[in-house]
Amino acid sequence: MIRNTAAQMAAKLASGETTSVALTQAHLDRINSVEDKVHAFLFVDEKGALEQAASVDAKRAKGEKLSPLAGVPLALKDVLAQKDKPTTCGSKILEGWLPPYDSTVVASLKKNDIVILGKTNMDEFAMGSSTENSAYGPTHNPWDLSRIPGGSGGGSSAALASFEAPLAIGTDTGGSIRQPAAVTGTVGVKPTYGGVSRYGLVAFSSSLDQAGPCARTVLDTALLHEAIAGYDPKDATSINAPVPQVVQAAKDGNVKGMKIGVVKELNGDGYQPGVRARFDEALELLAKAGAEIVEVSAPNFEYALAAYYLIAPSEASSNLARFDAMRYGLRVGDVDGASAEAVMNLTREVGFGKEVKRRIILGTYALSSGYYDAYYGSAQKVRTLITQDFTKAFTQADVLVSPTCPTTAFKIGEKANDPLAMYLNDIATIPVNMAGIGGMSLPAGLADEDGLPVGFQIMSPVMKDERMYSVGAALEAALLSKWGAPLLNRAPTLEASK
Amino acid sequence: MSLTYEDVVAKYEPVLGLEVHVELNTESKMFCGCATVFGAEPNTQTCPVCLALPGALPVVNEKAIESTIKIGLALNCSIAPFSRFARKNYFYPDMPKNFQISQYDEPICVDGYVDVEIETDEGPKKFRIEVERVHMEEDTGKSLHVGGATGRIHGADYSLLDYNRAGIPLVEIVTKIVPGTGKYAPEVAKAYVAELRDILRSLGVSDVKMEQGSLRCDANVSLRLIGAEKLGTRSETKNVNSLRSVERAVRGEMIRHAELLNAGGRVVQETRHFQEDTGLTRSGRSKEQAEDYRYFPEPDLVPVEPDAAWIEKLRAGLPERPSIRRKRLQEAWAVPEKEMAAMINADVLDIVEKTVLLGADPTKARSWWLGEISRIANDKDVAIADLAITPQDVAEIVALVNSGDLTDKLARQVVEGVIAGEGKPSEVIAKRGIKVVNDDGALMAAIEKVCTEQADTAEKVRAGHIPAAGALIGAVMKETKGQADAARVRELLLGHLGQPTS
Ligand SMILES: [Zn+2]
Repeated sequence: MIRNTAAQMAAKLASGETTSVALTQAHLDRINSVEDKVHAFLFVDEKGALEQAASVDAKRAKGEKLSPLAGVPLALKDVLAQKDKPTTCGSKILEGWLPPYDSTVVASLKKNDIVILGKTNMDEFAMGSSTENSAYGPTHNPWDLSRIPGGSGGGSSAALASFEAPLAIGTDTGGSIRQPAAVTGTVGVKPTYGGVSRYGLVAFSSSLDQAGPCARTVLDTALLHEAIAGYDPKDATSINAPVPQVVQAAKDGNVKGMKIGVVKELNGDGYQPGVRARFDEALELLAKAGAEIVEVSAPNFEYALAAYYLIAPSEASSNLARFDAMRYGLRVGDVDGASAEAVMNLTREVGFGKEVKRRIILGTYALSSGYYDAYYGSAQKVRTLITQDFTKAFTQADVLVSPTCPTTAFKIGEKANDPLAMYLNDIATIPVNMAGIGGMSLPAGLADEDGLPVGFQIMSPVMKDERMYSVGAALEAALLSKWGAPLLNRAPTLEASK
Repeated sequence: MSLTYEDVVAKYEPVLGLEVHVELNTESKMFCGCATVFGAEPNTQTCPVCLALPGALPVVNEKAIESTIKIGLALNCSIAPFSRFARKNYFYPDMPKNFQISQYDEPICVDGYVDVEIETDEGPKKFRIEVERVHMEEDTGKSLHVGGATGRIHGADYSLLDYNRAGIPLVEIVTKIVPGTGKYAPEVAKAYVAELRDILRSLGVSDVKMEQGSLRCDANVSLRLIGAEKLGTRSETKNVNSLRSVERAVRGEMIRHAELLNAGGRVVQETRHFQEDTGLTRSGRSKEQAEDYRYFPEPDLVPVEPDAAWIEKLRAGLPERPSIRRKRLQEAWAVPEKEMAAMINADVLDIVEKTVLLGADPTKARSWWLGEISRIANDKDVAIADLAITPQDVAEIVALVNSGDLTDKLARQVVEGVIAGEGKPSEVIAKRGIKVVNDDGALMAAIEKVCTEQADTAEKVRAGHIPAAGALIGAVMKETKGQADAARVRELLLGHLGQPTS
């Protein structure tokens, strides 16, 4: 049952073939049996999940009208506030903090009766591409436990790939939903910026952060997308417009007559041969399905990574200032006679990890008077140029595509001491965040050289998220008929190896 | 060493710069829905947003934007079609996010002015204070430092934090430098803050209570030798919490600077704190190691782009400028300057005007509100506006006195009754059975009775000693329980005793 898609689970719940309690228990059992190998979760809310499941079953028994995913379990990235449940952001500085409120995403999940299994591991404050920066230890890739599951949302992607949960929530600032999806053979979507409320999403970089749905199929992702999307008056950057019809698009999977633009700059040198091979195959399948493949150029993408590593740390340096031991979280050095300043300093020294400190320092420097124009100011200009590149490219194509990452999953520890190499992993995902558009990653197969999953990225214009679902669903269907079975069936079962 | 003020202004020209912070009186905070009631139990007016809990986001209070635009318009500013909030980053325990949402290089209102008039040796003179900008920001929380000698964070045993004030909308009004005020600098500064206060009050956007901190002034002062071009180094005096203090602080700083300069020293650019008790300032943080606030546009908020039609609507709804209105009313009512000032201080100008518009004589209206009603408000320790008496009531009472239906003394009883909640004036009169005895027959009976009882006094009056009539009139008034019209009693009494009545 846990290997079903979320849509299948929902159908079984609706038909009475199973109950949410049974389904939730099956996932809790799975978590119990594989979690010591995967470490996808920071907190498993066994009691809360079963209570929520029981309440959904009760509603169903009473004949109440329920939402499409009611009763299906989900793994929540630990960066979203959930009332009275630990929310650490993978950091020591928030250890023990229990939010007194629900993020809007969590409120939507609850409203849709989606059962929250617990909180998933992540790079501290979403800063990283491997989940190695979590203060609570790394998560392992179910395809190869010695490898990273991507980051920052590695806990969510690993939970999906190891069948601990059929649905997950991620957040994506520079690729933290799409890159983990790519390296674990799962699906992840970063909606248009403003499409899903950021209220209660602990901020890394406010102008780039976006929560989004993760699952094992395009349709499941779409169902979750519609459950969490929509205007929220508590988020000033939320878009007040109807939610794109992504479920319908995922069901239709129609690409006939669509123009698909291959971004010249997001391919070629630096991309692993197996990644390029799967990407080219996918293009052929889409062409066969009736799409027209064109090449587009985005000359300013070259500067995206550099600009991103000025904007994101700058905003982070300010967003993370609130962690000062005064009102919540860790407090270190509060001994007799210690000044508030000393307590703040010591708490931040002890509470933040190396990568977080690196970015706070970087951001503080970039915003300093005298350097602002050269760094933050220039980065914002680059951002405008990248947005213009997209605008132009979208006049030539309905969606744009590229490999999600240059490589498949690397080994844990391999890039831990080389931040620049780590940052390069996000080179193809970052432009999407810079322009605030939508982006999806779905599995394109396994690389011949290492047998590891390869991600295919689809990018769609602002609030045209349905387009990436159309293309994603078409590709997914073509690949499935080619493979004969879902890609994840080829992943190790984990239990057998026990 | 010690200089007189005259010495200072004979040699130096002061240059002013004034920054006024105004707490808006919106019902909710700048970026969240929390209440803004003054004096509430600490930390009871807080939420995830104003406590800066992880994940919480600000949303702009539209009402605060409206108030700020009104202020900008009233100060003759241009309203920016596009402005943005910015983060001002610095660490302090009473600032929950460790950054303040403010506006930096894109304020909402720019380039305005305020004219003030002060009394000079050559008569009244007008000074124009140019306003550089008006911008929005949020207030910080309040720290209470317990223990230690100074009440400051350094040396305190511990500190208590109250975040009720955190996030209350603040508007900062910054002037351009103000040269050319010479020896009148302290008066001009005071007149400017007073004028601002009156304008803000007329707009109804703030309580403008300096003693409660809803209007706070920072005074920047520098000196240069008379005729010099280059500006001197300025000091920035904070905590100036009354109009009188504004004047004292500017004067005090001018003298302090001049003493330093005369002794060959130099003024340090720094923040200073005004001490109400001594009228002197004390050194605060030095700006020479100026903090780098790392301003950048607030990414959690969208730019403010007010619709031109909305701005015009707000402009059309602006009240008359207080200084102009004051002049107009003063002329129309023929009120002496001192009385006018008294009405402004007692905050009864609006209410008096309303009463006059309802037909009451200006002098009568003024004397009721400023006299009897103010006294009752004082006794009850409430604002005049909170008393249960309206301009309509007062206008009615004035009319009844004019028509002779009430005496002044009876009118006071009616006012008391209305305030006590006994109803409209007519209802109070009916309930209390108040009526003027203007039945001459009844009055004559009382007069005859009194003249018989006090025959000696009556005889004196009859003999032409008019002043003696006072005692008899008093007795008649007493006889009629104060319900008689004293003038009519006098008339009848004198006639009865064969004396001329005019
Ligand atoms: Zn609040």
